[in-house]
Amino acid sequence: MSFLEYAPAPESTAILDLKPEYGLFIGGEFVAAGGGSFRTISPATEKQIALIANADDADVDRAVAAARKAYDKTWSKLSGRDRGKYLFRIARLVQERARELAVAESLDNGKPIKESRDVDVPLVAAWFFYYAGWADKLDYAGLGANPRALGVAAQVIPWNFPLLMLAWKIAPALAAGNTVVLKPAETTPLTALLFAEILQQADLPAGVVNIITGAGETGRALVNHPDVNKVAFTGSTAVGREIARSTAGSGKKLTLELGGKAANIVFDDAPIDQAVEGIVNGIFFNQGHVCCAGSRLLVQENIHDDVVERLKSRLSTLRVGDPLDKNTDVGAINSAEQLARIRELSDVGEAEGAERWSPACDLPAEGFWFAPTIFTNVSTSHRIAREEIFGPVLSVLTFRTPAEAIAKANNTPYGLSAGIWSDKGSKILAVADKLRAGVVWANTFNRFDPASPFGGYKESGYGREGGRQGLAAYLKGSK
Amino acid sequence: MTIERAVSPAQRALAILGDDLTESTLKRYLDGIPGVDAVGLEQRAAALGTRSIKTTSKAWALDRIIELIDLTTLEGADTPGKVRSLVAKAVLPDPSDLSTPQVAAVCVYGDMVPYAVEALGAAHSAGTDEGINVAAVATAFPSGRASLAVKLADTADAVAAGADEIDMVIDRGAFLSGRYGRVFDEIVAVKEACRRDDGSFAHLKVILETGELNTYDNVRRASWLAILAGGDFIKTSTGKVAPAATLPVTLLMLEVVRDWHRLTGEQIGVKPAGGIRSSKDAIKYVVTVAETVGEEWLQPHLFRFGASSLLNDVLLQRQKMKTGHYSGADYVTID
Repeated sequence: MSFLEYAPAPESTAILDLKPEYGLFIGGEFVAAGGGSFRTISPATEKQIALIANADDADVDRAVAAARKAYDKTWSKLSGRDRGKYLFRIARLVQERARELAVAESLDNGKPIKESRDVDVPLVAAWFFYYAGWADKLDYAGLGANPRALGVAAQVIPWNFPLLMLAWKIAPALAAGNTVVLKPAETTPLTALLFAEILQQADLPAGVVNIITGAGETGRALVNHPDVNKVAFTGSTAVGREIARSTAGSGKKLTLELGGKAANIVFDDAPIDQAVEGIVNGIFFNQGHVCCAGSRLLVQENIHDDVVERLKSRLSTLRVGDPLDKNTDVGAINSAEQLARIRELSDVGEAEGAERWSPACDLPAEGFWFAPTIFTNVSTSHRIAREEIFGPVLSVLTFRTPAEAIAKANNTPYGLSAGIWSDKGSKILAVADKLRAGVVWANTFNRFDPASPFGGYKESGYGREGGRQGLAAYLKGSK
Repeated sequence: MTIERAVSPAQRALAILGDDLTESTLKRYLDGIPGVDAVGLEQRAAALGTRSIKTTSKAWALDRIIELIDLTTLEGADTPGKVRSLVAKAVLPDPSDLSTPQVAAVCVYGDMVPYAVEALGAAHSAGTDEGINVAAVATAFPSGRASLAVKLADTADAVAAGADEIDMVIDRGAFLSGRYGRVFDEIVAVKEACRRDDGSFAHLKVILETGELNTYDNVRRASWLAILAGGDFIKTSTGKVAPAATLPVTLLMLEVVRDWHRLTGEQIGVKPAGGIRSSKDAIKYVVTVAETVGEEWLQPHLFRFGASSLLNDVLLQRQKMKTGHYSGADYVTID
């Protein structure tokens, strides 16, 4: 046996104490749903983890009513400092139960344990800590003195970072004084329900946060509910469009964080080994299920061959497999549906004439898997260079001059993020200035911090999450 | 600065830089190597450090670590007795478990080489692939502050006394002030001093003393310089300067070695030295080697640990894996 076939190092699931069946979390308790139930499975094994309640319209009504009641009776009457105390308590409980949350996240989502353990869960705690500090300082949110909460926030989150997206939504909403009804994605409801237990542990007043599970219908009923004041959605551009239409004229405040097709621009003076590492992190982090993934690699033509060669040899050391193994780099694709989409677009890429390459890797027989894939010889008109694949697939394009790099990077309906790799600070600043993307990373990629606002241009959505801007999205001025 | 001065016509440099080898072509070449992003390098090293090496992989790694150790004593207070004791430990690291492999080499000051050779006796490799090597630090180790003549005499002396490997230090002052040609020439000259009477060479390890080079860019340039000048190994540190070996620095040097191999097909060794004391740390290095240059490099002629206390920790871990419980420092010999 070769050393590089590291012996299995699985994280134990014994730490989890899961129920066979979960209800809806409404008014501080788990209650039965009117819409029956559905299964949540592990994408790595296709085995059932638990039965999850399916909320119908009446359940959505109940959840919104509970949030409204909590807003009127308790949460809006608490001082900022007291709201902050609850948020600090939640943050600490997340840290205390970090391992459990990480295991649950990897089990339900398919992402490698090293990512849920080292990225997702620590960021969740960081987000609650950060906004806990804001709760009694709302006067400095940029809206003048005594800004007011909006009321009830309806939040619909995606399956790629289930618990982290929950934190991005709930932490600023509560800090600003809103109450929440949140719907996790149907394929990844598990950690949201564990989070509901944490809220019980933290003694958060009943109804301040309500978590209802279900599919698209439930989400639609929630965002269209007349008694909701704020809608926050992260997910696909198609659904985002529908929400924008249905909430138009309703007076609901809306933030949308949608798709992306980020350009990762590598100049010939880049620190090459770190750039390769950044390219890998940019597109293979979380199996490429990242809206800000660096899925379009733009390489200066004179270093194209060198970069691709280095990239290929680096990819050969990526370990694809059991998400709970501590040495896994790339886990399972979240659902059969997503896998089908990745396969379809990859086949289109090949048919359109791009050159496809994947390292040799044994994929497990059960579950949903896709080997890390690079396409070279990609033209800007290819579908794989234009459409969001949301999987571990990288399209490599070249450019000759900085102006061409900028033009190609901006030539997309999206504008969520971008990356620049160069040793030259002045070049980085000049290029970053011209990129139409909400986040521009220089000599790094996929780094997140609660203090930094995040959001998109164009079809990547509007509104910002994180930082002071993310807080202001849940407030209105007192005048 | 006489920048157009010709530098020694070392074979590798001629092949890469062309026949008109001058200090300025050398300087241009080294300055043209892509930069290193410190944050990215350290992140990559930290990520490699989180690999979880368990059960059979751990057992293999522990044995291999022992086989890669240059068991070292480099103290002013060293005595022939201490060296004999070190050699005994190198030959039989764990008297309670005869399946324990032997270390790669013992590393001593030049004047201790005869005692090491004598104590090794039949266990000495003496130019063959079997057995334990004797490595000697030379060239006014650790500071390198002596004239070239003294450094060469120091080296020739150790080789004549039977040293199989020479660990030389570069002139950091010359390197930092941009006199790459001087550093280059010195390495070439020391390499020549490693020549034995029969025409074979003692292996040359070039110590960059990365703790004094300050930036990763400098470490990368110095690594290329040492390889171009003919070094068989590039080594991080003397162990006398803090910081000594770190995982990011070693990763960077492995990347240079990987690039050199890609360029020429030639394999250069890497030796982190100083500061690696626990098995846990050493395993991180083993992982870094395997994932950067490949498992092939995990052999004594391509990778070494320069360490003194590491061996005992590995022995304790080995005992733990065999018996299921930890013993203690009293159950391994101190040297």
